[in-house]
Amino acid sequence: MPILLLADHDNATLSDLTAKALTAASKIGGDVHVLVAGKGAKAAADAAAKLSGVSKVLLAEGDDLANNLAEPLAALIVSLAGTYDTIISAATSVGKNVLPRVAGLLDVAQISEIIEVVSADTFKRPIYAGNAIQTVQVAGAKRIITVRTSSFAPAASQGPLAAVEKISTAALSSSLSAFVKDELSTSDRPELTSAKIIISGGRALGSAEKFEEVILPVADKLGAAVGASRAAVDAGYAPNDWQVGQTGKVVAPELYIACGISGAIQHLAGMKDSKVIVAINKDEEAPIFQVADYGLVAGLFEALPELEKGLR
Amino acid sequence: MKILVPVKRVVDYNVKIRVKPDGSGVDLTNVKMSMNPFDEISVEEALRLKEAGKADEVVVVSIGPPKAEETLRTALAMGADRAILVETEDQVEPLAVAKILRGIADAEKPGLIIVGKQAIDDDSNQTGQMLAALLGWVQATFASKIEIGDGKATVTREVDGGLQTIDIKMPAVVTTDLRLNEPRYASLPNIMKAKKKPLDKKSPADFGIDTAARLKVLKTEEPRGREAGIKVKSVAELIDKLKNEAGVL
Ligand SMILES: Cc1cc2nc3c(=O)[nH]c(=O)nc-3n(C[C@H](O)[C@H](O)[C@H](O)COP(=O)(O)OP(=O)(O)OC[C@H]3O[C@@H](n4cnc5c(N)ncnc54)[C@H](O)[C@@H]3O)c2cc1C
Ligand SMILES: Nc1ncnc2c1ncn2[C@@H]1O[C@H](COP(=O)(O)O)[C@@H](O)[C@H]1O
Repeated sequence: MPILLLADHDNATLSDLTAKALTAASKIGGDVHVLVAGKGAKAAADAAAKLSGVSKVLLAEGDDLANNLAEPLAALIVSLAGTYDTIISAATSVGKNVLPRVAGLLDVAQISEIIEVVSADTFKRPIYAGNAIQTVQVAGAKRIITVRTSSFAPAASQGPLAAVEKISTAALSSSLSAFVKDELSTSDRPELTSAKIIISGGRALGSAEKFEEVILPVADKLGAAVGASRAAVDAGYAPNDWQVGQTGKVVAPELYIACGISGAIQHLAGMKDSKVIVAINKDEEAPIFQVADYGLVAGLFEALPELEKGLR
Repeated sequence: MKILVPVKRVVDYNVKIRVKPDGSGVDLTNVKMSMNPFDEISVEEALRLKEAGKADEVVVVSIGPPKAEETLRTALAMGADRAILVETEDQVEPLAVAKILRGIADAEKPGLIIVGKQAIDDDSNQTGQMLAALLGWVQATFASKIEIGDGKATVTREVDGGLQTIDIKMPAVVTTDLRLNEPRYASLPNIMKAKKKPLDKKSPADFGIDTAARLKVLKTEEPRGREAGIKVKSVAELIDKLKNEAGVL
């Protein structure tokens, strides 16, 4: 039976995390159909149709689907579920919100945040903030899976064009919840989850102003995305969507620069698979140095401006 | 309105766990256990709603071994009114937890169930959403702000791009994110008082729920290790290494 992959998109653009989840789906094997649910989402559907390994795109549009509300989206997926043995999505805030609801409605266990496809029914996933890796096998006929995208390369965007099929959403209407507003960060910087370089700041920054003054110029020079520890977000130095860690975003860039971050387990959980890790911390005993390829014991208010000047 | 709050007993968040050498699981002998941090946030939120006159009773429930009673007593010491312990020695998967919680919700008829966003042991992030599905209720996950109105609530959610605000009809399931509140500590007198608060004991069978695992764990292993690298002496040396040794600049 084919696999149903839930696309992550904002109607206008398809998130590249979908291409990463597609790689995991393709490893499971079987035709992959991508579901693009939204409103005015033709552009996202067309982008999905180009991904290698997609055999069909289902485009479902309606007012209820405009804002990724869990109830109508789950109802839609459940209405399609009969013809699929695997329902899969990137572990984004949309996937994490809706797929367990689908699993509950279908009475199927979910496997969250897989990092490896061992075989069609066996997967690896991290537990305890990534301090242990479990290999789990699914017993039943249906699989519901979310994918940790930092563990999979994106599928290429040059496949033979798949057909886009419009599907009806007439039966969905849900009045349980209503969208009020989105307050989304807008930035010209790369996204955390797809950036090649990330520079992150911690509690040591001390204020939002200092965060801007010393972290952002280095980010600009490097074309880097900006991350933060929970402590920095809680204190209001950085917005919530910058949090890296067990309960924030999981990233694996080519280069991760941790500045004034101690290296708590929960932070390491979100970045320790980065290719090269740099830590700048004035405490030479800070645990972050145990995972850093290059450690610099220094005050960040001196080191970062110097770094910014030294880069060209 | 009654608020139901599930609380899970998990390894304390400060503990760095060890994997058993034979790959059979994680070694939990003599490890400090605590309430799942997200569940502390849920209890705190429920208590604040009660203190604000929006709720009249806070019932906490845990599914787990007899020792989970300690976790419930902690919640009672924080201020919850009453506790239910569903005793089992099994590792109960989120779907079965959700089914037991549905059974409790059917009996207790809460107006709101506040669930943690994720348990920090299994990192599943499933139970609240599954519970909402089973009950046919609305869900508002990853909440950083909850405002209760008349028969409805407005919830601000932490999403990948920032924040999303939604209006939900009650009864509802809300799952808590880190920035919803800062949980209180239980005072000593309240810890003493909590010992006398009511705690009901049940079993999964009382709800007709089979807790047999749907997923078979074949193996548990250490993650790929990462060796500490070198210390550089200056920013100039750092830039040189990143350019010429690591090749990432
Ligand atoms: C349930 C739960 C979930 C969590 N999830 C996450 C998560 O997803 N992500 C996350 O990051 N955390 C998470 N945490 C929090 C985590 O446990 C730590 O509290 C947090 O990561 C600490 O942030 P920090 O390193 O910025 O602050 P601190 O631990 O306070 O470290 C600050 C560091 O800055 C250094 N420093 C101070 N001044 C300077 C200076 N001038 N120059 C250079 N260095 C300096 C200090 O030596 C210290 O090492 C979670 C916690 C819980 C309980
Ligand atoms: N055994 C349990 N007992 C009580 N509550 C639980 C249990 N397991 C999960 N929960 C609740 O579900 C939330 C999410 O857990 P999970 O889906 O396992 O990540 C937790 O924060 C708890 O609120």
